[in-house]
Amino acid sequence: MAIQQLSVFLENKPGTLSKLTQVLANNKINMKAMSLADTYDFGIARIITEDINACADILRQNNYVVNITSVLALNIANQAGSLNNILKIFSENSCNVEYMYGFTGKKTNSACMIVRTTDVSKSESILQSAGIELLNTEDLSEI
Amino acid sequence: MSEKYYQEELECMPREDIKKLQNERLLTQFKHAYENVEYYRNRCDEAGVNPSNFKGLEDLDRLPFMYKDDLRATYPYGLFAVPMNEVVRLHASSGTTGKQIVVGYTQGDLDIWDDLTARHLTAVGATKNDFVHVSYGYGLFTGGFGLHGGATKIGATVIPVSSGNTNRQITIMKDFGSTVLCCTPSYALFMGETLKEMGLKPEDLHLKAGIFGAEPWTEEMRKEIEKSLGLKAYDIYGLTEIMGPGVAFECSEQNGMHVNEDHFIIETIDPKTGKRLPDGEKGEIVFSCLTRKAFPLLRFRTKDIGILNTCKCSCGRTFIRMSKPMGRTDDMLIIRGVNVFPSQIETVLLQEGYQANYQIIVGRENNVDTFEVQVEMTEDKFSDVVAEVRQKELDLSNALQTVLSIKAKVTLVAPKSIPRSEGKAKRVIDTRNLH
Repeated sequence: MAIQQLSVFLENKPGTLSKLTQVLANNKINMKAMSLADTYDFGIARIITEDINACADILRQNNYVVNITSVLALNIANQAGSLNNILKIFSENSCNVEYMYGFTGKKTNSACMIVRTTDVSKSESILQSAGIELLNTEDLSEI
Repeated sequence: MSEKYYQEELECMPREDIKKLQNERLLTQFKHAYENVEYYRNRCDEAGVNPSNFKGLEDLDRLPFMYKDDLRATYPYGLFAVPMNEVVRLHASSGTTGKQIVVGYTQGDLDIWDDLTARHLTAVGATKNDFVHVSYGYGLFTGGFGLHGGATKIGATVIPVSSGNTNRQITIMKDFGSTVLCCTPSYALFMGETLKEMGLKPEDLHLKAGIFGAEPWTEEMRKEIEKSLGLKAYDIYGLTEIMGPGVAFECSEQNGMHVNEDHFIIETIDPKTGKRLPDGEKGEIVFSCLTRKAFPLLRFRTKDIGILNTCKCSCGRTFIRMSKPMGRTDDMLIIRGVNVFPSQIETVLLQEGYQANYQIIVGRENNVDTFEVQVEMTEDKFSDVVAEVRQKELDLSNALQTVLSIKAKVTLVAPKSIPRSEGKAKRVIDTRNLH
């Protein structure tokens, strides 16, 4: 099962990112995961929160351009080689990874990788066949 | 240096003789245009003016104005006044802002053109002993052939290099011995930089003078060109619709450009009312061709703004002087030598699915025009993948290049970051300070 991720367009100017986090703070939005991709002119902040649609609305009201995408949240063992196993499965099945970011939480023996692939449903079925655990948004709160 | 004239008796004619000559030629030219150009005849009939009631110079303001749109509407040969087998040359504008403007010349028209650029070459000190290096583009553009003709007329050794391949141009200037350079001012600046990069100094060249035009340029640019190339830089003015370079030229006093009044009438008008303004008042420049037979354009509104100066000139020439163009009546920009209208950019943006929330920023870096279009990002253009958003910027840049024929840097910016305005939006920020 895929989860929703919010991406936000940010101009590459000083203060842009802190303005965003201020809006999130003012609206009491807690991010579960976040990554920031950058190019010369602009950046894209990718955020996972509990209620993506509510967050999207709030950001739109504050004149942000946002996008909601389906991504996969993989539960993997927190040890050397576990990410490598996942990526081997992807490459054997010609699944293309656009980007990924990972984090660990309270449970020290597992980690979560947020992965965006080109074909989400194809990747989903391949991972499930391989016995990889996919998390939903509620599961993320437990990490 | 004592003043040199190519046609002294004409260039230094008393003012009354100029007026008499203009009057005679205007009567002949009007009849020629009226009888041979149907489109113009219809315009004149609408205005109630024809050869039997037209009295010449005193009646000039009865003649209808002609606009670039008229030239587009009659593309390609609708304003030609002679049979095509008498037209020995065609030139045209680039056509980036619409249909190409096509103009024609009889052999007589070409001879006159040669004389007029010869006047300028002579004024800057060029003779048959000089090597005239023509780096204006040769082709449908009037620049290359215009200066080529004049240089040939004075018997100079002409080096018809055209533009491009700058390192080679510098080598040619050094080895072939170029003494007079003719090109656009920004190209001259670029040549100055290239010279330095090649490890050479102005003393390694043999240049003494340069004739620069086809785009606006400032006193600062002049000083920079003179310093980096070791020559005296002169301004030349012209436009395809009227003839090409040589309509007006800067003399040794370098305080305005003498209009070749034996061949052109220059007026300044109020752009809103069309009323003629007294000399010395800033207005839109209007030209009438007095001697051109293939394309006898009368009262053409250039949309350039300028001032006319009737003061006596120390060079001895009696022709009226026009200032450098001081701006436009429309919002046209000239970027890297190409005419650009903000409305063209707006059209492309809307076609590509953006909204008309944009800003055009034109600047200058290393003597080259920089051109950036900032447009607000919208949700439907956004994606979570950086490469896709970057591709959108490139797609827009390509779409603009197809229409404008120059490359713009496209920057997608945050929504609502481009100022909105109550009245006419200020779309263009031009930091070049050209006027």
